[in-house]
Amino acid sequence: MAEVNSFDPRPWRLLSPALLAITLLVVVPMSFILVYSFYENVDLAVDRVTFQFGNWEELLTDSYYLYAIWKTLRLSIIVTIIAAVLGYIPAYFIANTRFRQKWLLLLLLILPFWVSFIIRTLSWIHILGNQGAVNGILQWLGITGQPLSLMYNEFAVLVGFIHVFLPYMILNVYVSLDGIDENLEPAARTLGCTPWQAFREVTLPLSMPGLAAGSLLVFVLTAGSYVTPLILGGPGDFLFGNLIFDAVISELNWPMGATLSFTLLFLLAVVVVIYSRFMGLSQLQKAFA
Amino acid sequence: MRAWNLIRLFTIAVYIFMFAPIIVVLLLAFNSSQFGGFPMEGFSLRWFYRLYENEAIVRAFKTSMILGVLTALFATTLGVLASLALVRYQFRGKDWITTFLITPVLVPETVLAVGVLIFLRWLSVPRSFALLLLGHTIIALPFVILVVQARLVGIKKEFEEAARSLGANPFETFVQITLPLLLPAVFAGALFAFTISFDNITATVFWRPSGSETVPTQIFAMLKTSVSPEINALGFVMIVITVGVPLMAGGLARYFSRKTT
Repeated sequence: MAEVNSFDPRPWRLLSPALLAITLLVVVPMSFILVYSFYENVDLAVDRVTFQFGNWEELLTDSYYLYAIWKTLRLSIIVTIIAAVLGYIPAYFIANTRFRQKWLLLLLLILPFWVSFIIRTLSWIHILGNQGAVNGILQWLGITGQPLSLMYNEFAVLVGFIHVFLPYMILNVYVSLDGIDENLEPAARTLGCTPWQAFREVTLPLSMPGLAAGSLLVFVLTAGSYVTPLILGGPGDFLFGNLIFDAVISELNWPMGATLSFTLLFLLAVVVVIYSRFMGLSQLQKAFA
Repeated sequence: MRAWNLIRLFTIAVYIFMFAPIIVVLLLAFNSSQFGGFPMEGFSLRWFYRLYENEAIVRAFKTSMILGVLTALFATTLGVLASLALVRYQFRGKDWITTFLITPVLVPETVLAVGVLIFLRWLSVPRSFALLLLGHTIIALPFVILVVQARLVGIKKEFEEAARSLGANPFETFVQITLPLLLPAVFAGALFAFTISFDNITATVFWRPSGSETVPTQIFAMLKTSVSPEINALGFVMIVITVGVPLMAGGLARYFSRKTT
């Protein structure tokens, strides 16, 4: 018995550098955020070590912060839903097509991951801006005389987010759809289902894990962003991440920055925990294989 | 069949949505107009030349390249070791460890960036290149582990066992058998880590030492006025590097594997 239970140190030796790095650079800093949220900001970049609830009180009573939380959740949900609808259909097409160059469609899905995020975001200025492609075409066709203001508003932010995060959704849904036994839908058909019924009652439920994993990724990535609203949004288009950015970079108010960061982490952790209760986290790994 | 045609049409529309903006940037990089947007006035390479003359951009480019290569080195080393442990050994708490290694993906970069800064503030360590390197490594690590792990599963343990039974010592086995089999996985992980580092802006804005820029933060700073034609040219160069290099590597790998088999 002793030999069966004997401890094998080899895997732990291989794992230790990675575990140490994550502990020091993720776990410890996350605890420091919590500790710092009880400190007091005295002046620019000067904080007093203490234990007080001033920052938390400000966060929970100032309607500005609550408004930002609401705005962030709202936009993240809208982005997730649109990405789910826009992403599901191409994923379904790729999974079911008889097109021989399927690998090309998949490669094209992975390509955007390699194209710089900031380039993909700013490219929308060329499309939606006053001098952009959409306005150019509309004016050339004589439909509008003046350029429409499509940029620097929530719509542009929404488009920017969907553009950048859509491949995550398509890839996750595709992985799920591809794993479904291709005889199931025809089987449902022979048993009398209409094509739509067969899809809704067989394929859609079986692809839920991928759809959920993609949605989780898109939601978390959107809710944590601050760069996209700065590039594509107007002054009123900020997310919770922008408040963190302002507190830390502009106001040098570290305790408030810590309080806001912990709040965002907590809100997203709630979402992740709810998700993993239903789905487990292993689905997230599949898209990379 | 009508539904299928609609699905196909919709798919084409989504692909256009994904690629049209990128193609626009690639085109506008060659626009001779002095403004960064439409209309296209003529073909010119002058913005690439301007790019090369712009000291700030060249410096940012060097920083990004060095940072990307070092991040790839660090993250791949840590990631390959961890993946080997996860794929090759059975041990207690493996599921927990796997989750622990992957969860950093779900921590928003903004929060991670602030957390690390606060930790360093407590230690009274100023921002530095080393912070960027460690930070990028930790951001890339979970992705490297996912990619490398997926490739490792396909390598059979029997090759190593055969080498050992034919008299190779563990070191020889690793260098002559394991490493060559591992190389595609190592390479894929390294490329991924490089791309993640080269592309990162969210955390980099927080971590960069004052006065030091990477390509994305440099573009971000330049954007505050308007989209200059130089940005389009820079976008072209970045896309060629981050898309062209992996495609070429993939193509070469396929070419050589066909040659040897």
